[in-house]
Amino acid sequence: MKREIRICGFGGQGVITAAVILGKAAAVHDGLTACQVQSYGPEARGGAARAEVIIADQPIGYPGIHLADVLVAMSQEAYNRYGRAIKPGAMVIIDPDLVFQHDEARPVTPVRATKIAEGLGNTVVANIVMLGAVAALTRVVSPEALLAATLESVPARFRELNRRALEAGMQVAGVPVLAQ
Amino acid sequence: MSTHRELIRRALGPRVQFVQGDDACAYGAVLAGCTFFAGYPITPATEVAERMAEILPRIGGCYIQMEDEIASMGALVGASWTGAKVMTSTSGPGFSLMQENLGYAIMTETPCVVVNVQRSGPSTGQPTMGAYGDMMQARWGTHGDHEIIMLCPASVQEVLEITIVAFNLAERLRTPVLVFIDGELGHMRERLVIPDDDEFELVERPRATDRASYRPFAPGPDLVPPFAPFGSGFRTFVTGLTHNEEGLPRASSAAVHDQLVRRLAAKITNHLDLITRYEEFYADDCEIAIVAYGITARTCRDVVEEARRRGIKAGLLRLISIWPFPEHIVARWAERVRAMLVPEMNLGQIVHPIREAVAGRCVVKPYARIGGELHTPAELLEALEALQWQPA
Repeated sequence: MKREIRICGFGGQGVITAAVILGKAAAVHDGLTACQVQSYGPEARGGAARAEVIIADQPIGYPGIHLADVLVAMSQEAYNRYGRAIKPGAMVIIDPDLVFQHDEARPVTPVRATKIAEGLGNTVVANIVMLGAVAALTRVVSPEALLAATLESVPARFRELNRRALEAGMQVAGVPVLAQ
Repeated sequence: MSTHRELIRRALGPRVQFVQGDDACAYGAVLAGCTFFAGYPITPATEVAERMAEILPRIGGCYIQMEDEIASMGALVGASWTGAKVMTSTSGPGFSLMQENLGYAIMTETPCVVVNVQRSGPSTGQPTMGAYGDMMQARWGTHGDHEIIMLCPASVQEVLEITIVAFNLAERLRTPVLVFIDGELGHMRERLVIPDDDEFELVERPRATDRASYRPFAPGPDLVPPFAPFGSGFRTFVTGLTHNEEGLPRASSAAVHDQLVRRLAAKITNHLDLITRYEEFYADDCEIAIVAYGITARTCRDVVEEARRRGIKAGLLRLISIWPFPEHIVARWAERVRAMLVPEMNLGQIVHPIREAVAGRCVVKPYARIGGELHTPAELLEALEALQWQPA
């Protein structure tokens, strides 16, 4: 098993954080092998940011991703820039409020992560909503591992918000809510 | 009261983590007993300093941010002479500034570990991108005849392990040891298992015991002089000038200089068995070899597996210690293979000592890639396949 996942958006949206949590869920909590790399511009906010995670059940050599199995795009600029290098039949997940135009030949799964996060009271957790959806749709990590990795990666006072964000993302993807 | 080792464990956190190469380097240093870090932040090495700044105050150590890398290296030498295990981390521009005091550390037999998380140069180049362009600077960057020890790990776990080895060699041989990674590995996250104390060796520098007979630079039988820290009551004079066994300057004496500089080199080259590290894949029936190091070697491992599936008798020699160059290992491979592919993230540096070791016994084909991106598996496989048809 080897899944190559690319998460992209604009700088400041937390796409790197999302990738780190996903990798941590796999490597620390699910006993899998994971390798996470990233690229970003010199800007602190804005610009296209990209993070990649490889999750496998064997050692990982080349740490980059040539063609992704899963693409998550949270901005139009990032979609345009990083959306093409995907495998035939790759799963493409977009936030439709931020990615307006996409390749019609590639089916996409829309997840209104930012809108949902807004409903939860803070758009800052849009990345975590998306992460919940990604995990539910791809089953690349277990929900328990993802929850554990998320909670240990955020400040204590934001744990509840992040837990709700994760659950909301999983629900959107049609997966049962986590046990309390 | 917690013991020092308990404090370290608490500061490092959970046993299994998902962290960057830079983090693993700091963890390895602390596990090795490092209690002093002086440095100046620079991408992509900053996280090493950040981790040290967080951890050292919690374990009774000292972190100092210096005004620049020249001063950082100077502080390292001073701190090491108090008996502390010391480290700094930097990237290309900072490593350039450290060269003079690196030579001073070699000449004064000062144990220290210098980490270079390489980025593309010359000059400020590409701060956020990985490269291996400082491999030859590591060997000859500081002036004068000298030997240097340099290690190049290839994974987050290995960064931790090799950093411990670097401290052990620095202490054992009383010399600077370089740990070289790159921006990619420095910022890459992988699973890291922090080893227990009984899973690795800790080496301390040889200590002088008798004050009356102490001569600070009189070597033991292994050519390493026993050490007495400043403040311990042993009379010590330390200078970068050519000095005799008392440490006193004898800068005009050919004999003293010849004896000293040859000993400084020999104490390293006599201990290749302690230093040399490498890994071999498919060595037995290999016809086309890849010789690689650092992050590039990870890709090569994949490439060799794929080549084998395609019926090519490929193999990989992964060099972990680069300096002193493991000439005998490369020479042994050259006896058996038809060709060597040498991919490097520079315009061709380690290919030179490889050619020297091969001495014409097989084809040596460099594959240079610069600009911050890694060699892709596809392009290396193509290069490997092309070598099959190369006349010997």
